[in-house]
Amino acid sequence: MGLKDKLHKLKLKYKDTKVSAAYNAIHTFLYMPNETTHSGAHIRAVDDLKRTMNTVIMALVPCLIFGMFNAGYQHHLAAGEIEAVSNGFFSSVFWSFDNLVVGLWKVLPLVVVSYVVGLTVEIIFATIKKHEVEEGYLVTGMLVPLIVPIDTPLWMLAVAVVFGVVIGKEVFGGTGMNILNPALTIRAFLFFAYPTWMSGDKVWVHGAVERANEIAGGAQLDAISGETILGSLAQGAEVKYSVSDMFLGFIPGSVGETSTILILLAGLFLVFAKIGSWRIMLSATIGALVMGLIFNGVVSSGWIGEGSKFFGLMSTEFWHHLLIGGFAFGVVFMATDPVTASQTNKGKWIYGFLIGFISILIRVFNPAYPEGVMLAILLMNVFAPTIDHYVVQGNIKKRMKRLKLKTA
Amino acid sequence: MAEVTEEKVKAKEPKEPLFSKKNKKLLSDPLADNNPITIQVLGICSALAITAQLKPSIVMAISVIFVLGIGNVVISLMRNIIPSKIRIIVQLVVVAALVIIVDQVLKAFAYTLSKELSVFIGLIITNCIIMGRFEAFALGNGPWKSFLDGVGNAAGYGVLLIIVAFFRELLGSGTLFGIKVLGDPIEKTGLYAIGYENNGFMVLAPMALITVGIIIWIQRSRNKALIEDH
Repeated sequence: MGLKDKLHKLKLKYKDTKVSAAYNAIHTFLYMPNETTHSGAHIRAVDDLKRTMNTVIMALVPCLIFGMFNAGYQHHLAAGEIEAVSNGFFSSVFWSFDNLVVGLWKVLPLVVVSYVVGLTVEIIFATIKKHEVEEGYLVTGMLVPLIVPIDTPLWMLAVAVVFGVVIGKEVFGGTGMNILNPALTIRAFLFFAYPTWMSGDKVWVHGAVERANEIAGGAQLDAISGETILGSLAQGAEVKYSVSDMFLGFIPGSVGETSTILILLAGLFLVFAKIGSWRIMLSATIGALVMGLIFNGVVSSGWIGEGSKFFGLMSTEFWHHLLIGGFAFGVVFMATDPVTASQTNKGKWIYGFLIGFISILIRVFNPAYPEGVMLAILLMNVFAPTIDHYVVQGNIKKRMKRLKLKTA
Repeated sequence: MAEVTEEKVKAKEPKEPLFSKKNKKLLSDPLADNNPITIQVLGICSALAITAQLKPSIVMAISVIFVLGIGNVVISLMRNIIPSKIRIIVQLVVVAALVIIVDQVLKAFAYTLSKELSVFIGLIITNCIIMGRFEAFALGNGPWKSFLDGVGNAAGYGVLLIIVAFFRELLGSGTLFGIKVLGDPIEKTGLYAIGYENNGFMVLAPMALITVGIIIWIQRSRNKALIEDH
């Protein structure tokens, strides 16, 4: 008797007990459940919720691996131990064992904490509500470590995950009922609760905070600065990274969001697998470009001078906005969340466009919130049902008109 | 609210002891199962604005108890001579007078607190709980009952304010009444020595709303009768 059969047997034993929800969750994670539905009409399809979630996770894995190497690379680079990458994406300076060790050491705990805490909350709620544990946290749990700074203290992450899962999801009724994207709720909580750990020039490179503390304590060391590109631009400072660095991802930032090329490939994969909505991705990109062009236009027509505090970000070339910050990651993985996005096709265009438009707007006009895409997506999550409502109403009106024309 | 008409209907009853069962209920009901904030969802604005710290919340609670207790009695005494067409204006005059008294007393005896609370004392006038109780209760009941009802509702409001402020001050600033109970965040003593940090989100208004929401959630899951059907 294989493990699979044993698990099926155990399931019968635990049926209707308190642990059944937790047990079933682990069971269905490992194997296809051995039960079939008996009543009602059904659509037979292979892409159940579990497969959808797994596809997204597959798309996220390259970003995670790149993030690990990048964590080590940024750490060693800032410490002056290695030279900057100059010879393309597959540079051996970047893909080195030393970098991976630092990455594993710092990133894996984030992943583990995110999953353990999140799934514990899910299982507790499933047990109380006597529901099955839903798959929703699989993706959220992988997204969370990718969108936080590398040095985020683990207990803060745990607090934020509890908050995000309970207030962002469970109070609305669990997976599929939430209004806000749980991963972004978790990040927004961290951002507002512990701003010193979520912004500034120290948190993006592993070791920078410790080094700053040592220097404050009187040690004779060089300070490590890990300013993100957005941070430098907001202060009007020179950006020391080339466009190809930005595109390939050799820049400081949250763990998994730096490499635009990998995110782009993941986005194409999601569109190809028909899991992510290409309408949202495309319209968000258009929205961001339009806003960027407007700002470029304002600068080139001389409406604001170089003294203005918005000048740095406004004069950034419009298409650079797609490469810096978390824009690409947010648009590909967060804005396309099927639960919180608009459901209608026309609605998706409006929803995506406004996400792109507003994220660049926030990014430029409020340097205190450099990650505009997070706030833009959360804002549009709230408006998505309204957009859908008016799209549907508009459609009904159009058809009524057609009907009247025919009958008249 | 739905209760409005119900309570108005309650006719005058024959003499009963000052603290009869019914009267006690007037005082205790708003503290829990008919709490003005968690059940009637009134007076939320000030609950969000001033609950970042305990001290102003307690002052606010006392002020509202004073205004609503006295105001209910005054309205109740005048209830038979107020023309119903202008009753809102009369009610406003009464609240405004009482609020000004509170404001002046605070300015005279607790100036820093009065600065901290700034406009929110003045805004007691617009607190929905006060107009709500005048309309729903004081206009249809005798002065003693109105007094109990006013004090009860204001106390229910105050209790919630204090609960919310307790969590917000403790988690947001690490203090209670300004005393550093969790240690010193700058010198890194107490909890801060092991890496704890204050939760800046708790100081912001959204967290007050979420805290109130969590209290409502707990209250309703303990007492299922409070859950409305749709």
